[in-house]
Amino acid sequence: MKKFLASTVAASALALMLGMTSVRAEDAVDPNAKQGGAITITYKDDVATLDPAIGYDWQNWSMIKSLFDGLMDYEPGTTNLKPDLAERYEISPDGKTFTFKLRHGVKFHNGREMTADDVKYSLDRVTNPKTQSPGAGFFGSIKGYDDVAAGKAESLSGVTVVDTYTIKFELTRPDATFLHVMAINFAHVVPKEEVEKYGADFGKHPVGTGAFKLAEWTLGQRIVFERNADYWHKGLPHLDKITFEIGQEPIVALLRLQKGEIDVPGDGIPPAKFQEVMADPEQKARVVEGGQLHTGYVTMNTTMAPFDNVKVRQAVNMAINKARVIQIINGRAVPANQPLPPSMPGYDKEYKGYPYDVAKAKALLAEAGHPDGFETQLFAMNTDPNPRIAQAIQQDLAAIGIKASIQSLAQANVIAAGGDKAGAPMIWSGGMAWIADFPDPSNFYGPILGCAGAVPGGWNWSWYCNKDLDAKAAEADSVVDPAKSGERDKMWSAIYDKVMEDAPWAPVFNEQRFTMKSARMGGADNLYVDPVHIPINYDNVYVKDVQ
Amino acid sequence: MIAYLGRRLIQSLLILLGVSLITFALLYLLPADPVRQIAGRSATPQTVENIRQQLGLDQPFVVQYWRYLKKLVSGDLGRSYIQRSEVTELIVSRLPASLLLMVGAILCELLLGLSMGLIAAVKRGTATDQTLMVASFVGVSAPQFVVGLLLLYVFAVRLSWFPIGGYGTWRHLVLPSLTMGILGAGWYARMMRSSMIDVLRQDYVRTARAKGLARRAILFRHALPNAILPVIAMIGIDIGIFMGGIVVVESVFGWPGIGQLAWQAIQRVDIPIIMGVTLVSAFAIVLGNLLADIIAPFIDPRIKLR
Repeated sequence: MKKFLASTVAASALALMLGMTSVRAEDAVDPNAKQGGAITITYKDDVATLDPAIGYDWQNWSMIKSLFDGLMDYEPGTTNLKPDLAERYEISPDGKTFTFKLRHGVKFHNGREMTADDVKYSLDRVTNPKTQSPGAGFFGSIKGYDDVAAGKAESLSGVTVVDTYTIKFELTRPDATFLHVMAINFAHVVPKEEVEKYGADFGKHPVGTGAFKLAEWTLGQRIVFERNADYWHKGLPHLDKITFEIGQEPIVALLRLQKGEIDVPGDGIPPAKFQEVMADPEQKARVVEGGQLHTGYVTMNTTMAPFDNVKVRQAVNMAINKARVIQIINGRAVPANQPLPPSMPGYDKEYKGYPYDVAKAKALLAEAGHPDGFETQLFAMNTDPNPRIAQAIQQDLAAIGIKASIQSLAQANVIAAGGDKAGAPMIWSGGMAWIADFPDPSNFYGPILGCAGAVPGGWNWSWYCNKDLDAKAAEADSVVDPAKSGERDKMWSAIYDKVMEDAPWAPVFNEQRFTMKSARMGGADNLYVDPVHIPINYDNVYVKDVQ
Repeated sequence: MIAYLGRRLIQSLLILLGVSLITFALLYLLPADPVRQIAGRSATPQTVENIRQQLGLDQPFVVQYWRYLKKLVSGDLGRSYIQRSEVTELIVSRLPASLLLMVGAILCELLLGLSMGLIAAVKRGTATDQTLMVASFVGVSAPQFVVGLLLLYVFAVRLSWFPIGGYGTWRHLVLPSLTMGILGAGWYARMMRSSMIDVLRQDYVRTARAKGLARRAILFRHALPNAILPVIAMIGIDIGIFMGGIVVVESVFGWPGIGQLAWQAIQRVDIPIIMGVTLVSAFAIVLGNLLADIIAPFIDPRIKLR
């Protein structure tokens, strides 16, 4: 027997069981929201591409979410999954087959109706090596993925179009993260005819089903989104227009915000101005603070002496004065004691981590056979504040006798060193740190702590590979039933506790997000620190000075 | 003349070829793997290899360089690794803004520099002369990002005379042009001063003075046209200095030109764009120098082309 699951909201599940096509609870639109108006967002850098199969930086991530939709999404401002282009879905008892029923009447910006064929086409496209998608690997659990990835097949054999509005996915293993995977940008649905029309330039001419459509793109100057009047979600979006102005230094953006010329500085409050802004009550009132799915850590290469000794790694964990490091970034973070950030399901609130204890750290080093310490290298990215943070860590390490020389390099060079087994003994992750692709505990394991990531060019820079934990991770991910998600989160907590025993990382802090907005912007605070929409949830915010 | 031109053209082409080879080699040696950057952090080694093959980055250096040159001849600078757009398109879309800024900067440096130099020469030895020369010295030495931010703070933030960064109207153009122009203005002021002093010592000026011509007429009708010639010949060479300056100035003012494009590309290690902008800049510099050399004998007959 198959189980029918709709959303996380019990009421809607009930509604579906009764055969109703009701408006789900999370579909309710903010009654205070005003319709219309335009906002201006600024960015320093050019927007790379708006192709959902390719865009993978925090700047275009949220823009793409407003132009395109996927089968799944999250309730605005939260990490709770909900069906999106899918009206409902069902999971087979073995957790290996997912069937989605699509919403009727959803239209692409070109006016054509979106169907199950488009979903299949989009997934075949993103996994095809010719697309060069950085997200192809997320679909590894779908049957036939390996053949497509190897160029032996053009189409995923595990994805079947049952009828116009039904699509079925067969997986090679039970995958509890699959619904999250269907919510990430790489799984967003694109129309074949538009992709074929623009070819490699589809990213400059995006056509999706999203709340906004692209109205103008003047390279290096501005991108304009306008409201999609045909958006399937009635009542959304609230704004008529969003203008992204490109090439604005964060400091200039802040000055313009203060003069009322713009609404959100997309790159955030510049660090040099942070204290000044927070000291002014009028400005502080317009800053929204929230957690983000981020952890900053120091990796220690577990295959390189002396970091192959767990005691040395534990000593480093005890040597770093996290409170002082956080001071360097004006208190824009909270201390971390485990890989998962506090807002991530599976975060272990009971776990206390390694205390800051210089004496004990020294003792551990002595036990490991290094009573006088040793010399090593600490790699860090060369943009502020990372070199300063690396220096603070360097001083902390010096206090227990470890003399670390800092290698301050461009981001790509640090990443290259981390992916080389003999490349970097220690790396401060700042500027390249893991920010979760989706709010699930497994996302902090596989690529950065699992054996799969400990390969040349991988992201497991501590080269930590614990086969036993890999097996436990696979076991946790086979718990597909959402009703058992609490149990699954506990399994993941245990995995991370064990990781911390082996201490391949010294977690340092979890960055907080601070979004500043103009006084005219309205909507709940959590829309401005939305865990998946950075900086803000464009679809749900509104302006107060219209009508 | 024709022989000279032919020789200079061949030299220019060789310089461009050299620039392309050196830049390509440096970027090739960079310890960062563009393929991994494109493939992203969730890519399998197989995906990485696939992309490497598609981009031809698995080929030896010589093959890669040869392919690049072949495409270059047809005006194809490749596709950006990060933005995934044609580099030619990215550069062409940003070139007008940079050219406009350059014109603005040339106007600023000429207006400022020439008038400062003229006044200093006429008031030679006075406090005005000394003040102007100190000012020109400061102008030449001040880093452009400092000048830019200072101008921005005073004239845009405090006084609100000009917009804070951006592009579109003449008012947007003033502050960035001034920032770029101040550097050159310092040079021009000094050159103009010495050139003017030189001219003012000439016999024909003394004759004009002896004839009883008005001071204004001597200065503007007789001395200035002669003093200004060697200065004008320098503008072509300025293009090289501007090419360095636009990277900083465009970033400070949010000016959508190729300098900003280059800065972003360097930060993101977007090799095709770095290559493209370097070649376009080298081309502009070579062209500027060539024009300066060709024009020079026309405005100053003492110079001969050989």
